[in-house]
Amino acid sequence: MTTMATKPHAEPAVYVYEAPLRLWHWVNALSIVVLIVTGYLIANPLPSVPGEASDNFLMGYIRFAHFAAGYVLAIAFLFRIYWAVMGNHHARQLFAPSLFNRDFWDGVWHEIKWYAFAVKEPRKYTGHNPLAVVVMHFLFLWLLVFMIVTGFALYGEGTGMGTWQYEWFSAWVIPLMGQSQDVHTWHHLIMWAMVCFIIIHVYVAIREDIMSRQSLISTMISGWRMFKDDRRVDDGH
Amino acid sequence: MTETFYEVMRRQGITRRSFLKYCSLTAAALGLGPAFVPKIAHAMENKPRIPVIWLHGLECTCCTESFIRSAHPLAKDVILSMISLDYDDTIMAAAGEQAEAIIDETIAKYDGNFILACEGNPPLNQDGMSCIIAGKPYLEQLKHAAAHCKAIISWGSCASYGCVQAAKPNPTRAVPIHKVIHDKPIIKVPGCPPIAEVMTSVITYMLTFDQIPELDRQGRPKMFYSQRIHDKCYRRPHFDAGQFVESWDDEGARKGYCLYKVGCKGPTTYNACSTTRWNEGTSFPIQAGHGCIGCSEDGFWDKGSWYARLTDIKQFGVESTADVIGGTLAATVGAATAVHLGVSVVKRAQQKGDQE
Repeated sequence: MTTMATKPHAEPAVYVYEAPLRLWHWVNALSIVVLIVTGYLIANPLPSVPGEASDNFLMGYIRFAHFAAGYVLAIAFLFRIYWAVMGNHHARQLFAPSLFNRDFWDGVWHEIKWYAFAVKEPRKYTGHNPLAVVVMHFLFLWLLVFMIVTGFALYGEGTGMGTWQYEWFSAWVIPLMGQSQDVHTWHHLIMWAMVCFIIIHVYVAIREDIMSRQSLISTMISGWRMFKDDRRVDDGH
Repeated sequence: MTETFYEVMRRQGITRRSFLKYCSLTAAALGLGPAFVPKIAHAMENKPRIPVIWLHGLECTCCTESFIRSAHPLAKDVILSMISLDYDDTIMAAAGEQAEAIIDETIAKYDGNFILACEGNPPLNQDGMSCIIAGKPYLEQLKHAAAHCKAIISWGSCASYGCVQAAKPNPTRAVPIHKVIHDKPIIKVPGCPPIAEVMTSVITYMLTFDQIPELDRQGRPKMFYSQRIHDKCYRRPHFDAGQFVESWDDEGARKGYCLYKVGCKGPTTYNACSTTRWNEGTSFPIQAGHGCIGCSEDGFWDKGSWYARLTDIKQFGVESTADVIGGTLAATVGAATAVHLGVSVVKRAQQKGDQE
């Protein structure tokens, strides 16, 4: 290893992500994977199964898995909002980026330069780096909200008029987007945006874990942020 | 005094027994309990017929064609007498100035009390010249009649949503009725055409209860448009089982499997086809082996292909679907990530080299 990594760590590790938040992260990740796979199979079903219709329930099980994972995702998200209020200040970063702060945008720009290989090293952050906050807020949080809302709107079509799923979601989402087929199309398109987010998210998490100045992956498991050098952190925490 | 429905029916040779049968059938069609049968009979016996003016804008008369084939309530001649259909240029005997005079006569006689049934829609481009009735743009006739009516029924997808003439690029700028008439209650009865029994039942309901049926947010009567074709489709068990027609004339098609993969729009279409069916309950498109094309949904002409599950997305200039666009995007992001990874590895190796 490099000399940098073997230096004694004067900067103490910080407990950043509390247990409920970490639990949410992994439950959320798992349900999204299930949702993407089953959702794709609902739009593009597997080859027909042989035998009597009464002996098979393949599409039914796939749809059940999709709806069950959707409920897990939605309930976990409600819990995540609760935790943004109850948890430490790191739990609020995803929901309330400091978009009107000059230093924040300076940080975003520096991080973009770091990814464009234009600066030698990134800044040091206890929480998310500013670019990560922007991406997670706009390309994850809002897409997640969109998927939950359109998802329940489509689910409400099956539960029918008079059910809360229909009255709270389908009744206004479907006319707003045109018709049911439009909601399907958007739900499907944003699924692909989620796939793009996952590719970037996983790549960046691994890359940052290796190349940045703080720990990433182990932090989302243990909750502790470790630092690779003893210089000052840049997000003032 | 206008004749009551019952009187008209009796005059047409309908027995009281048949009349009561009709009342119970109508109650069932409207989803009402047996207790409502006498109520319907009472209304039919005592209420004067509703005067109806039936206007035609840009359309193909398929709504009228469907309407006159209604099997329950009874035969076409009865239903045509049931309502006092004062003006319908497709099926009335009068023509020319004589016909147009009927509109003014009805307005004068029943101001604020007649129903305006609209089939087709008005075009707005070229000052409405794409649809001229009695020498004037249809829009003028529509606005004139609408100003005096009690309520409007938008027959069919043309009047409700725009239909084929409003499909992209909509050269005549045809717009549905609710885009030009804002001050009257509008009941949308979409479909291309709507089911005959649905059309007659909507009118019967309005007569019986003196009010418009309960509508959903899009203005459609809930009793007929609250469920999708898919929800009551007799092929639904094949969908749940995962048994699909993969291509036309394959083994699945012969066995009557679900038409989902060949583009059936049943899962996204609200209508009563799978329960009421067509032509005296004989059949409906899915039963005939062709997927639903979603004709009672907003903008269905632009939501094709009718033969693929995923809608064509034309904004990118080429035929595309959510999977093509999304897949391309994901592949691009994946490739960009791989390139970035490559550069990162090289950079890190360089850095290490510098440090040593």
